[in-house]
Amino acid sequence: MDFTFNDDQLTFREAMSRFLMTEAAPEMLREIWETDPGRSPELRGKLAEQGLTALSVPEDCGGLGMDDVAWSLMTQELGYYAIPDSLADTAYVSAGLLAALPAGSAGREEVLGRIAAGNVRIAIGHPVNPLVADAATADLLLLPHGDEVHLVPRALVDVTPNPSIDLSRRLASLAWEPSSATRIAAGEAGRRLWAEALDRGTLSVAGQLLGLAQRMLDLAVDYAAQRKQFGKPIGSFQAVKHHLADVATRIEFAKPVLYRAAHALAHGGADAPVHASHAKLVCGEAAWLAARHGIQVHGAMGYTWEVDLQMFMKRTWALDASWGDRGFHKSRVAESILADGAAIGPGHTFEVQA
Amino acid sequence: MDLAYTPKQKAFRAELRSWLARNVPKAPLASYDTREGFEQHREWERRLFESRLSMVMWPEHLGGRGCDLIEWLIFEEEYYAAGAPMRVNQNGQLLLGPTLMEFGSEAQKQRFLPRMAASDDMWAQGWSEPNAGSDMAAITSKATLSGDGSHYILNGQKTWSTRAIFADWVFGLFRSEAGSSRHHGLSYLLAPLDAPGVTIRPIIALNGKQAFAEIFFDDVKVPVDNRIGEEGQGWHVAMATAGFERGLLLRSPARFQATARKLVALYQANRDSADRDPSIRDAVCEAWMGAEAYALSAYHTVGRLAKGAKIGAEASTNKIVWSELDLKMHETAMRILGARGELLAEAPDAGTDAAGWLDGFLFAQAGPIYAGTNEIQRNIIAERMLGLPKS
Repeated sequence: MDFTFNDDQLTFREAMSRFLMTEAAPEMLREIWETDPGRSPELRGKLAEQGLTALSVPEDCGGLGMDDVAWSLMTQELGYYAIPDSLADTAYVSAGLLAALPAGSAGREEVLGRIAAGNVRIAIGHPVNPLVADAATADLLLLPHGDEVHLVPRALVDVTPNPSIDLSRRLASLAWEPSSATRIAAGEAGRRLWAEALDRGTLSVAGQLLGLAQRMLDLAVDYAAQRKQFGKPIGSFQAVKHHLADVATRIEFAKPVLYRAAHALAHGGADAPVHASHAKLVCGEAAWLAARHGIQVHGAMGYTWEVDLQMFMKRTWALDASWGDRGFHKSRVAESILADGAAIGPGHTFEVQA
Repeated sequence: MDLAYTPKQKAFRAELRSWLARNVPKAPLASYDTREGFEQHREWERRLFESRLSMVMWPEHLGGRGCDLIEWLIFEEEYYAAGAPMRVNQNGQLLLGPTLMEFGSEAQKQRFLPRMAASDDMWAQGWSEPNAGSDMAAITSKATLSGDGSHYILNGQKTWSTRAIFADWVFGLFRSEAGSSRHHGLSYLLAPLDAPGVTIRPIIALNGKQAFAEIFFDDVKVPVDNRIGEEGQGWHVAMATAGFERGLLLRSPARFQATARKLVALYQANRDSADRDPSIRDAVCEAWMGAEAYALSAYHTVGRLAKGAKIGAEASTNKIVWSELDLKMHETAMRILGARGELLAEAPDAGTDAAGWLDGFLFAQAGPIYAGTNEIQRNIIAERMLGLPKS
C-alpha cells in the first residue's frame, strides 16, 4: 500500500512546471488569446519537445507509456499555466481511446505515432459535451454516431464557432456524415471506448481545475501580502486569511481524490466512474471557491481585464461544466453510493482496485 | 503508487475483524460521560489491552504492537466498521503518550505508558484556563519549586478538562518561572487527581452530563520527577502534542466513514420523507465524498511520511475538515429525522434508526471549538502554510 507518486512522476512534473513557467507566462497567453485561431503552433511544438504529447502513448507506438496517474499531475500543470490549447484532449483522452483499440486496427499505430511526435491535433465530440472544443484547428476528430466511434478528417466536417467568455476556449457545433470509411469501433466496443473517454475527459478537466485553483490561490496570496490598507498588508487581516485558508484546505483535500480516480482508471477499476465524478466535483468546487475568494481578495482590481486573475477565473468557470456538469457527476455519485449493497464505509476506500 | 494491501496487512485486518466480531459488546455501553459508562469503557480498554490492541502503534515493551501508520489506519477501519465503543482514554493516549515517548525519561515511560495503554490510569488534560483558551500562552497557574528542589507546589485553575471528574491523573502546563510571560517559563507537569489540595468541579455539558470539569489546585505537591522535559520548556513540549491532536491521530478517517455509511442507511430508511427536501440527497452524497476525501488524504499523508516528509501546518487543515464534516453529517441526520430528531433515546417514539444521532449532533457542536478553534486553525494555515503576515 503506497498512495504516493514515484520519483519519475514527480521529476517529470517538476520539469514541466519549470518549462511552463517561462514558456507560458500570462503576457504570452494574452497574445495567443488575441489571435484568430487562439492557438500557438510554436507553444504546442515546444510542449511536444518536452515529451508531453508522448506521455501516455504506448512505447511500441513511440510514446513514453505512462498512465492516468502521471496525467493527474500533468493536467494540474496545464491548468496552473492555463495552457490555451486542448492538448490533453489529444495527448491524453484521444491517445487513451486509440490505444484501447485492438493492435493493428486501421490507423491506430499511425495516429498514435503522430500524437507522440506532436504533429496532430485531435478534437473529441463526446456526447456529454454539447459543443466540441478545438474542432476548427483539429486535423482529425473523434466523433460519435450512436455507439460508433468515427475518426474523421477535418475536411469532412462543417464547423460553426460558438465564442466563449474564456478566450482560450474555441468551441464549435459540427455537421458531418458518418460513413463506414471513418468508423473505427462500434457496438459494445464503441460503448466502452466512449465510457473510458468520458472518465479520462473528466479527470483531465478535474486536474486542470485543481491547477487553476492553486494558481488563483497563489495570485491572491501574493496580492494580499503586497497590497496595504490601514498601513498593513491586507493579508494580515483575519477575514482575508480565512478566505485563503479555506481555499488551501479545499485544494489539499481534492488532490488525493483526483489521485485515487486516476489510479482506478489506469487499472480498469469498476469504481473508476464514481471516483472520476467525485474528483471532478471536488476539484471544480475548489476552483470555484478559489475564483470567488480570489476576486474578493483582489478587490476592485480583481474585476478588471488588466489583472491576470481574470484569465484563470474564466477558464475555471468554462471548464467546470465541460465533460459533464455538476448535475451529471453528482447523479453518478448518488447512483453508485445509494445503490443497494454498495460497498461503502471504513475499509472500502481502495477495495475494488485491490 | 500501489493500492493493494500486502499479505501481512491483509492478515492483520483479518485478525482484527475476527477479534472484534468476538469481543465487541453486543449492547452499547452507557455514555462515557457518566461514572457507570466511564468504568464500562475502562473495562473495554482493558480487554483491548490484553490483546495488545489498545495502542497498536506503541512499541511492544510499552504495551503495544509496534504497528506502522498503514496498520494503524487498518486498525481504525476495522474498529469503526465493527461499531466498537468510543475510546475513553484518548486524551492521555494520544496527547500525553506521544509527548512522553519524545520527551520523557526511560523511567517516566515505564512508569506511565503501560498503565496508560491498559487504562489503569485515566488521564485528563489541564491546558485551558478561564482566561487562557485560544490564547493558551496566557496561562497563569503556577508551579513553585520547593526550597529543597524536590517538588513543585501547584496553585491555580484549569478548565474544560474532559471527564476529569472520573479520571485518575491530569497533565498540563504551569508557570514555573515567576514573572515570566507568554510561552516562556512554563513547565509540563503530571499530577494525580487524588492529591491533597485538588478540587474537581464538574461542568454540565450540552448533553446534560458531567462531560468536563474545572480543576482547582491549592498548594498541591508534585515531585519534580513528574515534570516532562526541561523546566521552562513546557510550551515547546506541549506544542509537539498539540500537533498530534490537530492532526490525524485524534480523529481517524474511519470514524467519519462509519458515520457517513450510517447516514446513507438513515437516508435510505427514510427516503420518502427525506426526498421532500431535495437538498438532503445531495448532503448525504457530500457526506460520503467528504469522509472518503479525508481517508484518501490520510493514506496520501501516511505514504509521504513513510518517505520522510513531515506533517506541518496541514495538520490544521485536517482539524477543520473533520470537525466541519462531522457537524454537516449530523445536521443532515437531524434534517432526515425531522420531528423525531429532538427525541431522547429513551423516548418510546424515537425509532431505532435515530439511535446515537442526537448525542452525536450535540457533540459535533464542540468539534470546531476544541483542540484549537477552527478560526485559530485558519490563522495557522494562512500564516504557516501560505506565508501570510501575522495579524
